[in-house]
Amino acid sequence: MSPILEIDNLSVALPRGADRALALEGVSLALEAGEILCVVGESGSGKSMTANATMRLLPVGVGVAGGAIRFEGRDLLRLPEAEMRQLRGSRIAMVFQEPMTALNPLRSIGDQIGEAFRTHTALGRAEIERRVLGHLEEVRLPDPRTAARAYPHELSGGQRQRAMIAMALALEPTVLIADEPTTALDVTTQAQILHLIRELQRKKGTAVLFITHDFGVVGEIADRVTVMQSGRVVESGSVADVLDRPQHAYTRMLLAAVPPLTAAPARAVSAEVALSIDRVSKTFVTRGSGLRRRSTRALHEVTLSLPKGATLGVVGESGSGKSTLAKCLVRLLAPDTGAIRLADVDLAQLSRREARRATARIQMVFQDPYGSLNPRRRAGELVAQGPIAHGVARPEALARAKALFALVGLDPAATDRYPHEFSGGQRQRIGLARALALEPEILVADEPVSSLDVSVQAQVLKLLAELRARLGLSMVFITHDLRVAAQICDRVAVMKDGSVVEQGLASEVFGAPRHPYTQALIEAIPRRR
Amino acid sequence: MIGFWRLYARSPAAVVGLALLLLVIGMALTAGMFFPNNPLALAGPPLLWPFQDAQLWLGTDNSGRDIAAQIFHGARISLLIGLAAMALAIAIGVILGALAGFYGGIADDILMRITEAFQTLPNFLLLLMLVAVFGSTLTTVTIAIGLVSWQAPARLTRAEFLSLRTREFVQAGRTIGLGDATLIFREILPNALPPVIVYASVVMAVAILLESALAFLNLSDPNVASWGNLIGLGRGVLRTAWYVSAIPGIAILITVLAVSLVGQGLNDALNPRLRGR
Amino acid sequence: MRVLALAGRRLLSSLPTLLIILVGLFLLLQLAPGDTVDALVAQMGGGDQKLTEELRRFYGLDAPVAVQLGRYLWRLVQLDLGYSAIYGKPVASVILERLPATLLLMGSALSLAFFAGIALGILAARRVNQWPDTLISTLGLVFYATPSFWFGLMGIVVFAIKLAWLPPGGFETVGAGYAGLARVLDIARYLVLPTLTLALIFLAIYLRIMRASMLEVLTLDFVRTARAKGVAEQAVIVRHVLRNALLPVVTLIGLQAGTMLGGSVVVESVFALPGLGRLAYESVVQRDLNTLLGIVFVSALLVIAVNFIVDLLYARLDPRIA
Repeated sequence: MSPILEIDNLSVALPRGADRALALEGVSLALEAGEILCVVGESGSGKSMTANATMRLLPVGVGVAGGAIRFEGRDLLRLPEAEMRQLRGSRIAMVFQEPMTALNPLRSIGDQIGEAFRTHTALGRAEIERRVLGHLEEVRLPDPRTAARAYPHELSGGQRQRAMIAMALALEPTVLIADEPTTALDVTTQAQILHLIRELQRKKGTAVLFITHDFGVVGEIADRVTVMQSGRVVESGSVADVLDRPQHAYTRMLLAAVPPLTAAPARAVSAEVALSIDRVSKTFVTRGSGLRRRSTRALHEVTLSLPKGATLGVVGESGSGKSTLAKCLVRLLAPDTGAIRLADVDLAQLSRREARRATARIQMVFQDPYGSLNPRRRAGELVAQGPIAHGVARPEALARAKALFALVGLDPAATDRYPHEFSGGQRQRIGLARALALEPEILVADEPVSSLDVSVQAQVLKLLAELRARLGLSMVFITHDLRVAAQICDRVAVMKDGSVVEQGLASEVFGAPRHPYTQALIEAIPRRR
Repeated sequence: MIGFWRLYARSPAAVVGLALLLLVIGMALTAGMFFPNNPLALAGPPLLWPFQDAQLWLGTDNSGRDIAAQIFHGARISLLIGLAAMALAIAIGVILGALAGFYGGIADDILMRITEAFQTLPNFLLLLMLVAVFGSTLTTVTIAIGLVSWQAPARLTRAEFLSLRTREFVQAGRTIGLGDATLIFREILPNALPPVIVYASVVMAVAILLESALAFLNLSDPNVASWGNLIGLGRGVLRTAWYVSAIPGIAILITVLAVSLVGQGLNDALNPRLRGR
Repeated sequence: MRVLALAGRRLLSSLPTLLIILVGLFLLLQLAPGDTVDALVAQMGGGDQKLTEELRRFYGLDAPVAVQLGRYLWRLVQLDLGYSAIYGKPVASVILERLPATLLLMGSALSLAFFAGIALGILAARRVNQWPDTLISTLGLVFYATPSFWFGLMGIVVFAIKLAWLPPGGFETVGAGYAGLARVLDIARYLVLPTLTLALIFLAIYLRIMRASMLEVLTLDFVRTARAKGVAEQAVIVRHVLRNALLPVVTLIGLQAGTMLGGSVVVESVFALPGLGRLAYESVVQRDLNTLLGIVFVSALLVIAVNFIVDLLYARLDPRIA
């Protein structure tokens, strides 16, 4: 049986001055009717470009340089634009990554889904309304009638993505292209959306081209897999073949870099407590328009303890309060009540000036490798700033910066370069060096690897483990990804809506979770079933 | 640095603007050379048309003063006032905007109220009143124009600070122990300035237009040769000698156009991402 | 309904602003060399010290500043704008006489600038970097750089003096006794040049902002989604891009309301229109402080009213606000 969508030796050229000449080089893949094909790759692999090329929605300046894309036998690249437009939305549909920006904020959901009908069919308003409601029900939106009248900002991220799926499947297309549809969602929401896609796909027999960077997702829903790297296809096959018997070195490296679901074996942990967080609470009061005040309880009586030399993982989804906790630890925010004891000093009670001096003892590594370094400063200066602010002479601080560069695996000569000259993983190392410059006792890492490619993630995690051993650091590791926490943490605390719902040894929390939320969290992790 | 100029040169409009600006600056600098006498002194018969006399090649005005001399000397006035008023407006605006954007809270509320007050009141009316109260010398006019022009730079700076304040590199600066002053002036400000610098060209353009409007209404310094004064003068002889008003108007147009084009060129050069537009 | 409440709340919060303006200006004017009485006396051709003191006492200008301010604010609350010494009439009636001309001028100028600016901005964005765009953008730049009073004068030279198509100034044909439609058309003829002159710079600004806004919105994700649905390009522009692109322009109207009122001072002077702007100029020159403050008060009210309408409009366009 010939595949319903076949990409044959496709090459796409980038505009002059880009970091490589071709975005895609000789890419070939085949999507059979009624199956789910996952295209996996890291950033820059060209997976999104393949999807855009198929829809003939390439960005300005980027053009097809060769090859063909056959849909039901017809070459899409040679079709006149009017015919291509007829196919878009009705026979081939697409779902995008960011549901907030992918929907027009000024039009209601029902109106935008209805637009698909108005563009391709001659149905009357009442009929369109009926079908829109039907589709919204199909994607399990709780109150379809209200949802149809709602605007995008009135729905949650998961609900918006359901609406987008309803919009894409409204005209029962033969092929659905999903470009990282769950990457921006919480892990529990992601599990629901994956489940929904699989269910709808089975019901309607749609062929799905699913683009992702997460091998867990691949295992969860794919029938067949294609692996891409730097614009080329490196491996293709059934999901069993690629996951169990990977042929290409790159595939093997990617699979090895995926954090396993089981906790690392428990290490011996000191009984001494380095940091004690005692019933910390924080409520945010936002001034709504005019006189209305809205209070959000971000932290509620959070009690945790970090043993000396160990790593405490704080795991939670968005809105759990984990970032607020991190900011309270380094005094970027002051908690309303509670104590944060470092040895004998209560950090929460210090005055601003005392707090500034105490900052040297507890330092932070930030999430965004691009936003956490001042683009106008040289890398060495960024690392030396802290010691200089605390009284160290400038030449000595710069020398220390060079030593730290070596410690985190960067070339000491690179201290003269600007942040934009480094890669994402390297920038995180600079951030790490900056945090270590003040020789802190405690390191708070706020989602340090969440913005990195999976292969780079593994390297940075390995570095953190090494430094922990070498410098005797005690670490608080904040993340939304349980798999990452399992790899590096000795103790794990799970947070939900500002409270700690479960905490204990990593092996215990992972192996025998007691709280239903923890259980749901672990169950939601995408993996092969 | 070279890269910056090459980026700048990509836009033909920006290059034209720079050329025109250099022309006007050239006029201002060489005014003393070509027209060493007082431009407001009598030079010939009144209302002589341009191109009639080789010495007075742009003609004379109602009182018989050399128009070309007034144009050249007027360039000095316009550029001077434009630059000085712009500098004052930017200085006030950046400082107030930075403090309001950084500290938020009450400081921000107060600034927003004051900015709103200045905005609700038509700024030309305020300018009229300032000139009425403090007089019409070059200095007072310049300061007055600066005082009615600081709101937009303040709002711009405040917006930049509000967004940069939450960026992680600022938070990182705090965690390693940098103080507020260091954060404001050495960390955030260098990142906040580019859009403000570009806007400075708009402020300068508006300042030149405001001064010429004041001069037209006889509310600016009558003892200097300013283009606006000349236009106001020519109003009375519009029927017979419209060139008296036309010529200085073209001069203003060219100068403001040049400043705007240069500002736009700077913007495009500093934001290469937007160059496709 | 929520929209109205929202806009109403903003309206209320502009009262302190109004207060700041009035108090600030009142105090500023106290620094002015010479006051109404001096100007009056000068008008009368000079007078002695005793007369000046009498007049001062009559107009209440001999009381301390704080008292004068208090009295003034109290009268204002009762909507009593005081008495104009120069015109010999209550300030309120002087202003009311001049208000229609200014409102008419501003209304037409704003409409012209808005609709023409938006239309040209859309055109330029649709043909970005091609010759229509270059032409429109260049024209916009030139309009922006043109001093409005000079444009007005040149307009008079070309259309009133050389071609004699339009009148060189004034509000309507005096003594012709037109009524009804004929009068409307007559006034319209007189307002063509002033409207064009005042609208010029704002047209340029709206043009530029609309063009930039359209280009910005065209890069946003939801436009890509619409295209992926197979929506034709024309429909994408009209149904997705236009409304989103209009938002910054609508905001701008509110921000520029005060500037336009200021611009009318110059335009009314050039075309001798009997409006508030020219009244303001005359008041400054004649040191008629009461009238000046009255004009400031009315202008601020006008700007606040325009902003109120803009808020309502914006809230209608953007559901995220409510």
